[in-house]
Parts: sequence; structure tokens; C-alpha cells
Amino acid sequence: MTEELQIIVCIKQVPDPHYLSKITIDPVTKTIRREGIPAVMNPLDRNALEEALRIKEQLGGRVVAISMGPPQAERVCRDALAMGVDEAILLSDRVLAGSDTLATAYALSMAIKKLGSFDIVFCGNETVDGSTAQVPPQLAEFLKVPHITRVRKILSINRNELIVERTIEYGYMKLRVKLPAVIAVTKEINEPRLPTVSAILKCYRKEIKKWTVSDIGVNPRQVGLEGSPTRVIDVFSPEVKRKRKIFEGTTDEAVEWIIEKLHEAGII
Amino acid sequence: MPKEWKGIMTFTEQRFGQIEEVSLELLGGARTLAEKTGGDVSTFLIGHNIKNLAKELIAYGADKVFVADHPSLTYYQSDACTKIFTNLIHEQKPDIVLIGATSIGMDLAPRVAAKLQTGLSAHVVKLEIGPDGILRQIVPGFGGNVMAVVTCPEKRPQMATVRPGILKKIAKDESRQGEIIELDVKISEEELKAKTLEMKIEPPPELPIEKAEIVIAGGWGICDKECFNMLKELAKLLGGAVGGTRPVLDEDLIKEDQMIGQSGKIIAPKVYIGFGISGEMHHVVGILDSDTIIAINIDSKAPIFDFVDYGVIGDAKEILPRLIKKLKEKLERKQC
Repeated sequence: MTEELQIIVCIKQVPDPHYLSKITIDPVTKTIRREGIPAVMNPLDRNALEEALRIKEQLGGRVVAISMGPPQAERVCRDALAMGVDEAILLSDRVLAGSDTLATAYALSMAIKKLGSFDIVFCGNETVDGSTAQVPPQLAEFLKVPHITRVRKILSINRNELIVERTIEYGYMKLRVKLPAVIAVTKEINEPRLPTVSAILKCYRKEIKKWTVSDIGVNPRQVGLEGSPTRVIDVFSPEVKRKRKIFEGTTDEAVEWIIEKLHEAGII
Repeated sequence: MPKEWKGIMTFTEQRFGQIEEVSLELLGGARTLAEKTGGDVSTFLIGHNIKNLAKELIAYGADKVFVADHPSLTYYQSDACTKIFTNLIHEQKPDIVLIGATSIGMDLAPRVAAKLQTGLSAHVVKLEIGPDGILRQIVPGFGGNVMAVVTCPEKRPQMATVRPGILKKIAKDESRQGEIIELDVKISEEELKAKTLEMKIEPPPELPIEKAEIVIAGGWGICDKECFNMLKELAKLLGGAVGGTRPVLDEDLIKEDQMIGQSGKIIAPKVYIGFGISGEMHHVVGILDSDTIIAINIDSKAPIFDFVDYGVIGDAKEILPRLIKKLKEKLERKQC
């Protein structure tokens, strides 16, 4: 283990969650239309960054953000610098396009290995685009370290271990994990900071390291479409078959109408 | 000759000796798929002092139950569970592996898939066998605005996590015959790198929304404490449960277990009534299986009206108290 605590945070650029309903599919080409939809940092990744920065503030150390994505994902690296990370790395390469979670986890693990040793890798538990929540455990597998998903609270931390709470349906689990480990966080864990104006200005002076697959020794056949065991064979918009009867009238009339429908449904 | 990949294996999740509902649903879904694929339906049961559950799994459709029982497995332990499950899959070679998309299933499945270097799709809402005999997995993406059909054509097994409430369990048949195989389990403490120390249940104050026949949901349009108290009153009157959207959760008006939609609960009640819900796909994907959908929204252009059986254009804040008053009168009359 190195002298300083080394914390890595995986971040991703995603479509702005407020605009998800504007995403459509071209029925002919079957491509996803996302023109005019702003790209932002995945919201939970901000919580991951915040937790990393808080630990650094408490125990010292170094925080590095890594993003895998197209060249324009430089934006989220910039945002991470503005929040206060020491270094930001963009892993961008055409051969990575179309990677599923397994191929993504592999590529990220190679980038992390290139950085040397680490104590904690923080991730947002899931992203708003795919919402698979699969990358953090798969990344941990490639790194041969333990993982904990859905972490809502870090109860204690020292150089060797973390004690955390993870949410489960109707409750929680308390776990102790030996470091190094991959920790995937939920939004309950903290309130991410907003960068100060001076930090935003300063972040433009910092360099974002750009890596391609050849920089990190990734086997190109293990990433992208070729390296992904899953295939998307079709995309479509969910269809709806409903009665779609709409009522407009006074409040009292509306109440009577709703009661009538509840009765028809056998509720009252 | 190496064994060929055949049959379907499910993961049975139990907590405190109770089988999770989704695990029974997986067995039901697996039986349906097995009619096309052939092969056995087997399941993997893990925990401590849980052997008695194996018979129940057979009654719900399992042909074989592989049991891993060990004192270290009282709680879900990701490292040990991953190792035992992965070894079992290597040995048994099921063609398809199904896991419930719960907090535990979603922790386990990706790691197992990575160990096996195979494909995994998440939060599947529909499963079918294609004409080529390959499993087609329908998954929602982009907050449910896009559905994708995902396959895993070459690697085996084909793995999926399935949303609770999607597949149907079969009727319990105590006379079904099956085989119970006890696995030889050895676990050393050092192996448990991420060790679960305790598991606490915080019981929901009300009926869980996925079990309620009537769900009253609130959205951004009625996002205040007073309105949510009224929703609770209405739910109590009708014997239902209260749910809500992501923004309402962000305002702490509901708990995470009450959030409906893509990253929350998928519900299928007899009646869903939405107040002040605009109808973002993120939420709507969670209610599509409701028998009847009713929504009240002040904005006639709100997307929710594309998904309703009965829509009321009006102020939910005004309609809610009157509806409660009227229902109270009606129910009192009934009691007389």
C-alpha cells in the first residue's frame, strides 16, 4: 500500500435526466435520437466524488476521477476538477464504442491498474441512461477486490477497512470491507458540493489526461461491440393500450366521476 | 465430451428463512421458458438452516434444488455467494440463469457474470425464446423511454436479472417431485472480504405498495406535506398504499420503498390513482401493469393522459379533499 490514501472515482457523462422523456427512436434506422438533449455528469457520480473528497479532507490523500466516453465527455472531467479532484482522466477511443457493462468494466479496470495502487474506487450505484448498476461489481471482479453496492453511509474508515451501511428493501445491511475495494454509493450518502466560482475558473487551467486503449494495454478485441457478450438486436418505444377517457368539469363533477370509476373497478 | 449448456437455473433469495416472492416468480417464468428450451429447471438456495425451504421450491416448479447451507451464510455474503454460485454454474452448465433484480440479486449477478465472462442484462421486464432458440431479454433504458431487446448469442450461460412482479409464479403443488442436492460448502473467514455483519429490517409503516390492490400516488403537482397527508387518508379509506415519483422522494415526502418507476418499484395494482403526476416515463414504466389507471392533473397536455384509462383535467389539490369527504360519506352510509 502506498503512503497516501489513493481514491479513484468513476464518472460518466449521461443525458440530462430531466430530458429523458425527449429521447426518441428513429423507427427506420433504430438509432436513438438525442439531439438537443444536454449531457451532464451522472447525478450519483457527484455523490461518489463528494464522498471521495470528504475522505481526503479527513484523512489526506489523492483523488483521481476517470471517465470513459466520447471526446465531449471531457466536460464531466472538467466538472470533477471544479469539485476539487487532484487529477482527471478521460479514457476515449473509438474501439470502446458499443461496450456493454462487462467490456466497460474491463476497460476501466485497465485504466485503474495503469494508475498504480489504490485504496478505494467510488462509483455512483447506477447511471440514468442504462441504469444497470452492473459496472461497479464487474469492475471489482476485474480488479480482484471486494465490492459493496448501494452504500448509503460510511460509518467508519481507516487505512485497512471501511464499515458501511447498504440499503436493501425495507432495511439495511451493515458490512465491513477490507481495502482496497469498490464502493457504489446511493444519493442518501451525502449532499454533493457545488463548485465555487474560483474553482470553476481554475479547473480550466488544469490539464485533463487523455488515454486511448493502447495507453492502458487494453486488448481491443475485449472491448466495443466485439468484446461485449451482449447484443442489442432491437430497440422500440414502449406501447400503451388504455381507454384514455378524459373528463373535464367542475371539481364536484370530477369527484363524482372518479367515484363512479372506482365503483366500476370494484373498489367501492 | 464436455457437458452441453442446458436447462434453466434460478437464484433463490431468502431473508431470515423466508423465500423472496421474486424467487418463486422466477421458477414460474423458468417453467414457461423450459417448455421451449427443454431441460431442467433448477435453483440455487443459499443460507443457514434453510434446507426446509427446498421442498417449497419444488412445489413451485423446481426440478432440482442445490442447497448451500453454512453457519457463515446466515446473512447474504457477496464473496462466498459469488464463489459457490459461480462454481455451481460451471459444474451444472445451465443455458439460462435468472436472478431477481433485488438489492441482493443486483449485487450478486454482475459479479458472477464477470467471473464467468458472460453477458448479463439488468432489470428485465420480459423474457422470451426467439426462433433461433436464444433468450430474448427486454430491458428498459433511458428511464423507460426506450426498450431494448438484448441477447447473448455466443457466451454461456445467458444471464438476466428480472424485475419483481414481472413473471408469474405457478400454483403451489405439494405433490411435485424433485431432487434436493446438498452442496459441500467450505468457507474461511478470510474469504469474506466484504463481510455482512448484520441485517436490519425497517418495516414499512404501511402496506408495501407492490402488495397493495390500490395505489394512490402523488407527484410534483401536489408536492407538499399537507397533500401527502391527504393521500394517506385516501389510501386508508380505500385500503391501499401511498407511492410517489422521484421528485417527491427527493422532497422526503415518501420513502425509497414507496417510489414507483424505473429505479423504484414496478407495481401492478387493481387500481392506480395518480395525483399531480405529469407522467415522466421514469415513473410510468412502473405502473403500466395496473388494471386501471386513473390520473388527475391540471395540465391537459401532461403526458400521463396518454397512459390513463380515466383522466381528469383539474386541480388535484382541490379534488383530493372533496374526494375524501365524498368517500367518507359513502362509506358511512354503507356501514349504517
